[in-house]
Amino acid sequence: MGLKSNLHNLKEKYKGTKMAPAFNAIHTFLYLPNETTHGGTHIKAADDLKRTMNVVIMALVPCLIFGIFNAGYQHYAAIDALAGVTREVSLLGNFLTWDNFVVGAWSVLPLVIVSYGVGLIVEFIFAVIKGHEVEEGYLVTGMLVPLIVPVDIPLWMLAVAVIFGVVIGKEVFGGTGMNILNPALTIRAFLFFAYPTWMSGDKVWVHGADPRVQNLAEGATPDALSGETILGSLAQNNSNMLDSAGDLWNAFFGFIPGSVGETSTLLILLGGLFLVFTKVGSWRIMLSSVIGAIVMGLIFNGVADAGWISESSKFYGLMSTDFWIHLLIGGFAFGTVYMATDPVTASQTNKGKWIYGFLIGFISIMIRVFNPAYPEGVMLAILLMNVFAPTIDHYVVQGNVKRRKKRLKVKTA
Amino acid sequence: MGLLSKKDAKLITDPLADNNPITIQVLGICSALAITAELKASLVMSIAVLFVMGVGNVVISLMRNIIPSKIRIIVQLIVVAALVIIVDQVLKAFAYELSKTLSVFVGLIITNCIIMGRFEAFALANKPWRSFLDGIGNALGYAVILIIVGFFRELLGAGTLFGIPVLGDPIEKTGVYALGYENNGFMLMPPMALIVVGLIIWVQRSRNKALIED
Repeated sequence: MGLKSNLHNLKEKYKGTKMAPAFNAIHTFLYLPNETTHGGTHIKAADDLKRTMNVVIMALVPCLIFGIFNAGYQHYAAIDALAGVTREVSLLGNFLTWDNFVVGAWSVLPLVIVSYGVGLIVEFIFAVIKGHEVEEGYLVTGMLVPLIVPVDIPLWMLAVAVIFGVVIGKEVFGGTGMNILNPALTIRAFLFFAYPTWMSGDKVWVHGADPRVQNLAEGATPDALSGETILGSLAQNNSNMLDSAGDLWNAFFGFIPGSVGETSTLLILLGGLFLVFTKVGSWRIMLSSVIGAIVMGLIFNGVADAGWISESSKFYGLMSTDFWIHLLIGGFAFGTVYMATDPVTASQTNKGKWIYGFLIGFISIMIRVFNPAYPEGVMLAILLMNVFAPTIDHYVVQGNVKRRKKRLKVKTA
Repeated sequence: MGLLSKKDAKLITDPLADNNPITIQVLGICSALAITAELKASLVMSIAVLFVMGVGNVVISLMRNIIPSKIRIIVQLIVVAALVIIVDQVLKAFAYELSKTLSVFVGLIITNCIIMGRFEAFALANKPWRSFLDGIGNALGYAVILIIVGFFRELLGAGTLFGIPVLGDPIEKTGVYALGYENNGFMLMPPMALIVVGLIIWVQRSRNKALIED
């Protein structure tokens, strides 16, 4: 109670001054929103922006915890591979171990802290300057960001990208709810184009594999440790990371190298079900994205099967990958469930959501196949469709207006 | 400026800030985005535009009473084209490498909206001396933005200024690179130039509220 009343006193003391939004934000975040509706008829509902955000964060926590263990596991697996030992993953035997947790937490938690720290500072500064309340929008973004970057990304780069993403991606448009692009993906896209050597390739995905990182794994020579992602190797026309059924199960459960929190398709699926069940995420967008990806995957499989493309072509590797494997590898599942469904940047109309989602899936796989230099197409696809979402909505609404006008005419005639 | 009357001086100082052709009128954006990855290219482009606008405005102003208004755009185009070809040839002769960097954008000065805009809006209705000042002023306003954008893009994108490394050697890891700093490759891409121009506009308008339109 002490904290609450102290905070309340502080809030009252600074009421009406420049710093007021900062105290209000802490109070709102820890306890209850300041403003409630007064008078008049209104719908009573338990969900506000904060609750919506909290539900998404809850859906993300399993991915974060898995990501911490996986970071450690991939680190030790790469060292084992160096010594010529191939690891068979077992959940309790060598995955959920204290060693993995320590290594993973030591590299992942700083990302979370930097992401939240820098992002919230920017939000606070803007709230104080503009004199509006701090909005909860960054709570989800701040959690998404560490999950979609490689584990060894330098912290200052992350900080620069977060500042860029929050200011250019969100604040210039007027803050939470006004942004055109998904801020978390804006941050990732900035990193991707600004520091490509830290965001792609076969070194960055496993902790300690990159010689540029100071704390290189013990006993490892800089060149030997490798942590190629399945997607990256397929883009190089090399499919031997998917040789056995076990490899596919690993890709489904997430015991593979990749960005911190996006490897486990299983946990993302559960998170997605949670979002759909709580009605926070749109099932239309998720489902239509998957359909879009499958359609594009089938088209490419057809092209590869018909022999219209030679096996030496640089597109062959990903084009001949079975359509359903595309759903397991890379960031597709994560992007579809947590990013495409962002209620601010997605289409608002139901019909629009189907189109929006379908095109995200469709374009993701297209970019994956045709641009081996940037194999992660889902980021670019979602950003592209973010831009088109208002247009889609506009035509859906206009279509409704026209249809009703027509009906009106028929009746009166 | 003792040399110029107050009214004439305004012709030069206005476009530098409160009526800047790029940040306020939002003209000539394409070249500002395309060639500002290097400071040297920005500077040369600025000088080229300065020459074309200064001379062009005077020529048009001298001819303003004999140009039939029906074909005035064609006449203006011919004047710009002639001047741009001179610039292009000079660059090819004396700075071939640079002219390759600027590539098609020297030729595209012809279509730079600022030039045609000043011909139409000012030179056709004013005496040569005032037209000359107006041309110089607007070209300087263009140059200021190009050089600011070029400065930040080259410094943050490549760690150099005028091609000279100022932040240390990225391969040998000296200077700030020893601390783990890296060049920002995004800065070298045109989208970032748009964002930098946007930030300049933001700063300018938040300092001078009179410029904000609803």
